[in-house]
Amino acid sequence: MQKIKSVETWLIIVALAYLALILIIPAISVFYEAFHKGVQPFFEAIQTREFTVAVELTVIIALIAVPLNTVFGLCAAWVIARNNFKGKTFLVSLIDLPFSISPVVAGLMIVLLYGRNGWFGPFLESIDAKIVFALPGMTLATIFVTFPFVAREVIPVLEEVGTEQEEAARTLGASDWQIFWRVTLPSIRWGLLYGVLLTNARAMGEFGAVAVVSGSIIGQTATLPIFVELAYKNYQTEAAFSAAVVLGLLGALTLIFKEILERKTKIKEV
Amino acid sequence: MSIIVDNVSKSFGSFQALKDIHLEVKPNTLVALLGPSGSGKSTLLRTIAGLENPDQGRIVINGKDTTGVDIRKRNIGFVFQHYALFKHLTIRENIAFGLRIRKSSEAHIKERVTELLNLIQLEGLGNRYPSQLSGGQRQRVALARALAVQPEVLLLDEPFGALDAKVRKELRAWLRRLHDDVHITSVFVTHDQEEAMEVADEIVVMSNGKIEQIGSPAEIYDNPASPFVIKFIGEVNILPSHAPLFTNNNHFGEEIFVRPHELDILLEDDGNSSRAVVKRIIHLGWEIQAELAVDSWELTAHLTREKFDRLQLRHNQTVYIKPSRVKSFREDSVAV
Repeated sequence: MQKIKSVETWLIIVALAYLALILIIPAISVFYEAFHKGVQPFFEAIQTREFTVAVELTVIIALIAVPLNTVFGLCAAWVIARNNFKGKTFLVSLIDLPFSISPVVAGLMIVLLYGRNGWFGPFLESIDAKIVFALPGMTLATIFVTFPFVAREVIPVLEEVGTEQEEAARTLGASDWQIFWRVTLPSIRWGLLYGVLLTNARAMGEFGAVAVVSGSIIGQTATLPIFVELAYKNYQTEAAFSAAVVLGLLGALTLIFKEILERKTKIKEV
Repeated sequence: MSIIVDNVSKSFGSFQALKDIHLEVKPNTLVALLGPSGSGKSTLLRTIAGLENPDQGRIVINGKDTTGVDIRKRNIGFVFQHYALFKHLTIRENIAFGLRIRKSSEAHIKERVTELLNLIQLEGLGNRYPSQLSGGQRQRVALARALAVQPEVLLLDEPFGALDAKVRKELRAWLRRLHDDVHITSVFVTHDQEEAMEVADEIVVMSNGKIEQIGSPAEIYDNPASPFVIKFIGEVNILPSHAPLFTNNNHFGEEIFVRPHELDILLEDDGNSSRAVVKRIIHLGWEIQAELAVDSWELTAHLTREKFDRLQLRHNQTVYIKPSRVKSFREDSVAV
């Protein structure tokens, strides 16, 4: 008995130490580096033009990528969970492809397609459209990288909920559209919300793919993660860590948002 | 409102679930589709509902051909085995669902939901969520939800299948009373013969995608149309026709059937009986089950307590048995 107790204690210590090393200490260090000279440098850093451009870019890309991937992810999840067809497993692994491909390769792929020497390059040049080293390319890269999250989260929930409630709604006279809004969506909303939050977190935090596509021009095509990298390399430590803090807070905000939403409705339903 | 199922067939891949089904459900009756799993009873119900489309044949409800008509326009109430309540809605909102789809007025919805909550005796639970209710309560809510839109027919798919034995008994007696009040043409699926006997006006016995027999509970029990029906409904002794018992009868087919309660036990041979040995006596409370051996065949007899006390049966005692009724089937009757 005594022995089991001590093993337990040791396991807890190891787990805590691991958590501290991986998560807590780095998080604290980011805040420390950003604020150790007081709040003044932090506010100065986040008021520079380069920084506001980075925030704007990050938010705009997320605002485009997240809704698009939510809709497409939902459609894909519905097709996969509600139908049986040949090549279903193939389609599922195809959706997972962005997970298994390195983001850098994903970025390169876009450059090879839409860049000046890429497949669609001459055409894009003839209509004077710029995709690579500009917002469209960065958005495309982000969409590609964050594509699987919603579908991945929603498929198992849809499968677990089953079709009975939808059938019941149908016997009560509901149209497909009414069934979706009144029955399907409410029953998968937690899975969907989680998928959306993951998509958002990744969209805001994506570095590799966007770095390749954007050209990383500070003040022009640098999103927050790229800004962090560039500022750090230029020995602007405060700026780098200030941006990291903002990025971290954005992440924390989505988690808090999710928590509040969940509490509001969950208490009644469990 | 009558339901006519006219020569309906349905296959899933190579499996034929329904083979040329013809069935007429009279207005305002409560009919049971009874059969083992895989007999096609649920498929038949879902086809009537419009949740499945028949490969061939017609479904006529209240004189209107509804084959291929969208389920939304059939005006059907459907109750699922696992309730299928909307988990994210309160009991009141579950019941109101169909009315909201039909854009009824708020006042009408409120009145109708309250009326139905009274009917299912869950007056105080309207604001709860389905997960806060017991299985029996949930199934009553599912029934109220189906009845809310005043359907022409009510279809129930194994409505008591997921409940425990006691709740099941209560709920089926309640369903029977409800039907006596509401009088809506209803069809329910069950694999439980006792349930079908207790609740239904008429029973449709199914096996292998075909109807074996249609009749009242008494008709099905007393005059089974096929060996399948006599084996499936109630207990029965089955003997090969060459058994040297009951030789004074004309039998058809290869098997002879005798109900346990139609097997008389005598202490003396009356010339028409066969010698048997009591192998086991089982007390079932209100009746006694005696297991008997005649040569190499084993038979079961049911006798009342009174009769058992009079005969004073013992283990290994020699007695004489005589069936009061014997059933056999012509070969071709199997296909009828």
